[in-house]
Amino acid sequence: MFLAGWGEFWTEFRESKSGLLGAGLTLAFILASLLAPVISPQNPYDLTQLFLQNSNLAPKWIPGMFMLGSDGQGRDLYSAILYGLRVSLYVGLASTVLSAVFGTLVGVLAGYMRGKTDALIMRIADIQLSFPAILIALVIMSLWGQGLFKIIIAISVVNWVFYARTARGSTLAEREKDYVDAARAAGVASGAIMLREILPNIVAPIIVIGTVRVANSIILESTLSFLGLGVPITEPSLGSLIYEGYQVLFSGFWWSSVLPGLGLMGVVLGINLLGDRLRDVLNPRLKR
Amino acid sequence: MPEPMLQTIDLVKSFAVRRGFFAQESIRLMAVDHVNISIDEGETFGLVGESGCGKSTLGLTVMQLYTPNGGQVRFDGQDLVGLSPEDLRHNRRRMQMIFQDPYASLDPRMSIEQILLEPLNIHGIGTHEERLAEVRRLLDLVGLPTDAADRFPSEFSGGQQQRIGIARALALQPKLIICDEPVSALDVSVQASILNLLRDLQDRMELTYLFISHNIAVTGFMSKRIGVMYLGRMMEIGSSDTIINHPSHPYTQALISAVPEPDPKMRGKERTLTGDVPSPIDRPSGCPFHPRCPLAKRLDNPARCREERPELRELSAGHTVACHFAEER
Repeated sequence: MFLAGWGEFWTEFRESKSGLLGAGLTLAFILASLLAPVISPQNPYDLTQLFLQNSNLAPKWIPGMFMLGSDGQGRDLYSAILYGLRVSLYVGLASTVLSAVFGTLVGVLAGYMRGKTDALIMRIADIQLSFPAILIALVIMSLWGQGLFKIIIAISVVNWVFYARTARGSTLAEREKDYVDAARAAGVASGAIMLREILPNIVAPIIVIGTVRVANSIILESTLSFLGLGVPITEPSLGSLIYEGYQVLFSGFWWSSVLPGLGLMGVVLGINLLGDRLRDVLNPRLKR
Repeated sequence: MPEPMLQTIDLVKSFAVRRGFFAQESIRLMAVDHVNISIDEGETFGLVGESGCGKSTLGLTVMQLYTPNGGQVRFDGQDLVGLSPEDLRHNRRRMQMIFQDPYASLDPRMSIEQILLEPLNIHGIGTHEERLAEVRRLLDLVGLPTDAADRFPSEFSGGQQQRIGIARALALQPKLIICDEPVSALDVSVQASILNLLRDLQDRMELTYLFISHNIAVTGFMSKRIGVMYLGRMMEIGSSDTIINHPSHPYTQALISAVPEPDPKMRGKERTLTGDVPSPIDRPSGCPFHPRCPLAKRLDNPARCREERPELRELSAGHTVACHFAEER
């Protein structure tokens, strides 16, 4: 059961330190990525601000330009990480919203209709789950080529299955409740019952799956970018930064791959801690 | 003679059940087996039986929330079976349902106002202002304060939730209300107030009730006539007085004696049933009640009970019994 009020939700949520740490980290990274143009010393996409003589500078560890060093093109690494974070979070969130909406609708449809519709949808999901996620994304990206929108679609194709399964399971439980029969008796059409009666009652598990899958989508995007199939070079994400730094890792310029890697780790850790806590708070079976 | 408000003719509802995980063929579970009941306008017909006897399935099938496998459901002179969804929606307006679990029957995400507005919106009754006024009127009708409209189902007690369920059923001004165990989830103290509310509403709005309950005492209080159901079949139908004071079917007699007796001097005459209700999948041959029947035992288990299924036959005017030996009691 979804908790009635935000006050009650917050009271329970703040009991866990790791949950608070996760929420804090996630919030900090989201703020940093939104404020990237304001707080970064340089626009790493603006070629007029880049000078090759500044390439591969070691971190200075004092606030200001090149505090985290620079990469092979003379880009301030701190600015590049903030902008990369933007791309990574954007791809992660957009693909999560897209796949959550599609997967949930399809799952509710399967669970409510049952029978052949259900069998067809869930068998497609089963077949898709029997392939490794990275393989599906790789095939799509190598067929379509690079592009921000394309990678969002590719990750959504991988992820809809998880929402569909969860939504179907919850719908199967909800549709047996009397309020659904009451709505049918009042003459509410099937489509309206699915959207207005059942959907609002199954959002809690969808939110939990969504939070966990955001982190997964970010990792998948970084993996694809690291393999050179992800976002275009003009808009580097954390994954592409790690890839570029990896080329010069053994020349002693460790920072240009390790630091974006730590950034990625921080985001994923924050979101996962937040997701775990949300699962605990929103799951009625784990409640005392 | 006017046409009854509700009449079922040889109504059948069965479900396919897989015998086991590897079994290919499925078998039919007869939940409602050729049931004939008829309810006149303004009357309350009580339906009693143990859990699993098919009484709730009968209610849902009458509402057409389950599609019957055979027979007719005649509502106000029209057969509902096989109607187009549009015609069915039109007829459902005059036929509503009250559910057993009041909390589960209310969408926890909707405010009381939204819950009560929904049927009005669906059927396009009145303007928005008129609908809001109607919500207030309904709340008042079932004895709830009008400020209940903005609250959510979880903020109410079980009895209040059931009142909301009743208000929703009344929103479309139906003629027939199917009450599926409307008080069995409530405290005894609250049960009486809900039953009185239902009777009061019946008088005021000329409602017809199909009252389903496992409690024969409650059913007797509510109903003019009572039908007793066992394993999907009607065992005895008669006036409340006949069924409660002069039951003819051994099953009805056992149900009556299971009602707790407050007077200790009157105790000790109960005819308690032995054994469980058989699975509706493996229904006994002949009379479905014969393995547990005290009368059959007394008569040394006549072969007729095992071999021939008794049909309902008229014992006296308006009193029918499905028992070969009803006169032997």
